[in-house]
Amino acid sequence: MKSSGQNVTVGLAGQQNAGKSTVFNMLTGANQHIANYPGVTIDKKVGSYRNRQGRVAVVDLPGTYSLTSYSLEERVARDFLLREKPDAIVNVIDASSLRRGLYFTFQVLEMGFPVVMALNMVDVAEARGRAVDAAQLGRLLGVAVVPTVARKKRGKAELRQAIRQIAGVRQGLSGAAEGGFRVDYDVLEPAIATLSDRLATSKTLVAMAPARWLAIKLLEGDVGTRTLVRTHHVAAEAVLAETDVATEAFEAAHAISTGDHIVSCRDRAAADLADRCQQATLPGAVHLSEKIDRVLLHRALAPLFLVATVYLIYELSIVQGYKLTTLTWPALAWLRATVAGLLPDPGLLHDTLIRSLALWMVDSVNTLLNYVPVFLILFVLIAILEDSGYMARIAFILDRVFQSFGLHGQSTLPFILGGVFTGGCAVPGIMATKGIPDERSRLATILTVPYMNCLAKIPLYTLLVSIYFTAHKSYVMLFISTITIIMAMIVAKLLTITILAGRETAPFVMEMPNYHLPTPVGVLRRALDRTWSYIKKVGTIVVAVAVCVYVLLQYPGLPQERLDHFDAAMQRAVSNFQEGIQDTAYADLLQGPRILELLNVASAYREAKLAATNQAASAAVDARFEARHADLYPLLRPRDAEARSVNRALRTLAGERSTLRTRIREETIVHSYFGTIGRSLEPVTRFAGFDWKINVALISSFAARESSVATLGVLFQEGVDENITLEERMGREGAADGRTSLHALALIIFFVLYPPCLATTITVKVQTGSYKWMLFSIVFPTIFGLAVAGGVFTVGRLLDLSGIQAMAAFYLLALLTAVGLAFVRDPAWARQGAAIIEKKGA
Amino acid sequence: MFNRHRRRKRAMAAGCDGCTDFSLQQPMGPACHCRVLADIGTGCRCRIRRHRSQGAIRQRLLDLGFVPNAEVEVVRCATLGDPLQMRLGDYSVTLRKREADLIEVQEG
Repeated sequence: MKSSGQNVTVGLAGQQNAGKSTVFNMLTGANQHIANYPGVTIDKKVGSYRNRQGRVAVVDLPGTYSLTSYSLEERVARDFLLREKPDAIVNVIDASSLRRGLYFTFQVLEMGFPVVMALNMVDVAEARGRAVDAAQLGRLLGVAVVPTVARKKRGKAELRQAIRQIAGVRQGLSGAAEGGFRVDYDVLEPAIATLSDRLATSKTLVAMAPARWLAIKLLEGDVGTRTLVRTHHVAAEAVLAETDVATEAFEAAHAISTGDHIVSCRDRAAADLADRCQQATLPGAVHLSEKIDRVLLHRALAPLFLVATVYLIYELSIVQGYKLTTLTWPALAWLRATVAGLLPDPGLLHDTLIRSLALWMVDSVNTLLNYVPVFLILFVLIAILEDSGYMARIAFILDRVFQSFGLHGQSTLPFILGGVFTGGCAVPGIMATKGIPDERSRLATILTVPYMNCLAKIPLYTLLVSIYFTAHKSYVMLFISTITIIMAMIVAKLLTITILAGRETAPFVMEMPNYHLPTPVGVLRRALDRTWSYIKKVGTIVVAVAVCVYVLLQYPGLPQERLDHFDAAMQRAVSNFQEGIQDTAYADLLQGPRILELLNVASAYREAKLAATNQAASAAVDARFEARHADLYPLLRPRDAEARSVNRALRTLAGERSTLRTRIREETIVHSYFGTIGRSLEPVTRFAGFDWKINVALISSFAARESSVATLGVLFQEGVDENITLEERMGREGAADGRTSLHALALIIFFVLYPPCLATTITVKVQTGSYKWMLFSIVFPTIFGLAVAGGVFTVGRLLDLSGIQAMAAFYLLALLTAVGLAFVRDPAWARQGAAIIEKKGA
Repeated sequence: MFNRHRRRKRAMAAGCDGCTDFSLQQPMGPACHCRVLADIGTGCRCRIRRHRSQGAIRQRLLDLGFVPNAEVEVVRCATLGDPLQMRLGDYSVTLRKREADLIEVQEG
């Protein structure tokens, strides 16, 4: 069959950190994640390109070190190769660590695939004085070897050409590359030969994979292959028994396990090949990376650099990012004003559903978009950390701490994104747990990242601190930012030794990548990708949830008698107004709907005047309103005595209207579904000192944290007309209700442990793949938070402690608990220890 | 955490310089008569003999180059004494002492 005009599929395979993703981008031009951190590519990504002969689909396989059946990634990669039989494999290999990369190549060759090798990062290898002779390597291996520098798009055309050639050959020959390179397994060869003859009798098996590869895998003790043989070979049990006999005989004769022998043979072959294609290493040469590490990973200095890095992230993203939001906020405010202008005008007391719902949505989206500058800076900095290779070093420095709590060194990135100390967002944090190889640590990390300082929790903290802890502001802020991590560690350890105890763990065996200078394009692309996925994922959810919360806060609405009561009150106010202006020249003008128009125009005029920053703008506003509302304008800027008296009456009417509107809003919430839930929860939350108003605020903040402060603002309405701040309003009402700083502390503690917001729980579902964990991530923190907050409040009250005293006591207790838990033996270690002792005894 | 002290004591007794020496000036290091990788002092080199671990851990170690007869240099340990950074030929790998305890080595 001719290959021209054919569409082919190639698999892109290679080890982690070999630059596989970069080669994928280079080949297909797709927009993708590239990182230095081992284990980033887990999803199967497909891209394609077209050349003269036809279409080439490229499947990006998970980056694995080997093709066994131990880890999920390896199983995914192997199953793809066995089932979908790509026309060729592009094996990406890091030229600067050729020897280790070749292990993988040998395994792909043994599987009988036509291979094109992309010898990547040749520039790095050359800089280190270890240039690889690609032609020589190609000759020895019997495959096409294309030197590339994917970061700089070097070798793209050559690689595409080689792929087309080899795929064509494959389609012509429809068989494995015979006579190619073969690893010599020395004394094991006779056993391999016997076994492959036995396996070759099964036609189905041979159609799937070469008999020699199956034989080697069986002798390696590979579980996946045993299953494969069992399902496809008629005399499976006999073959497997024969394998066991051969393995035992070999081990008895040579005092080494077959698995170790096979790996050693591959290693020897790889070393031999590498020696023949590579210049000798300069003896005693110390890499630049090692020189940097001597300083950055110095035993005493490492924590200092780490703290400095985290501080820098905090300063640049949170502090400077917030300053940026003051620049972006006017744009969002303008958006709201524009939308408000397009919607139907407000009614006297009740707005149309379309107006109130639309504005509600705009407000919800705006609170979210407000954080975008912060996130963008945060994600840029994190991308730099990842690409440079320092992120892996952070994992190295902190692993000992995390390990004591059942977490993993690689939990660092999720925690930083989630906002440890500095503020962040749990959504990208949980998404970043993908890279953790240890199943148990990954789950523990997913379930504890939401305890970090979510940026949206900060407004509530600030509010409470400025009402109740004015004297101890900085202490309380320090308490909040550190108690989060302490509680997260406690929860992680508790989960690890209880419900997660049976989960699979993996060792912390991680390759330490060399330092690379991050490319601006790579960093920006990834930061934008992450920000965009945040906006998209969270944005859509927030819009959906905003509607639900709106319904839950507005319905079933006020009973008719209350509505009648408010309508009557408004009617009275309007007749008073009309009576007041009866003797003026404007009495005829201001009839019926025109009064409402005047009210709306007046409030729009006031807002516009407030927004005008200088004299010229102010004059422009005047001109605009005069032109648009010629007959009403004299009342907005009264110049004669009559107009002044009308204006005064108008102000009284506007004040009356606003009071009535806020009272309606408040009563609506009291009567709403949320109000009902909040009130019915009061008997339970009383132990933590929360009244129903706080309950409603907490419930509504499940949708998005920002709403907690907004809802409190609505609930604490008294005095809203006196133009005093929410702080003063809450403080005044709280003092009347006997609320103390202890109440505030209980609320802060509950908010620290509060269940993740809806967007986060959705992400939990995505990352764990189960609704069970999603539910758990909601229910557990609620109960735990309520228990802890209730405990602190009740004990604090019994001992008559002030908020700050209770805080100090609680902090000390939490710290001691955490330290104590660090010493609790991890069940997984116990299991591992037992296995070893057993083995020693045997 | 107690393990760390115990191990260091063991390492001292075995003649290694523990986790205090960061210099790479002595390629062979002092003579180490230790048996597992965790006991090898910083800056020392040794050869892998065999693995005591099984399954996924073993495979992962083998994949990363901890194959029988490979030469390993213990570069450093982290601030809290664990994990360890190893150099195998031209790349670095980190692993915890718990895993290093499962790798038998011979000095030289």
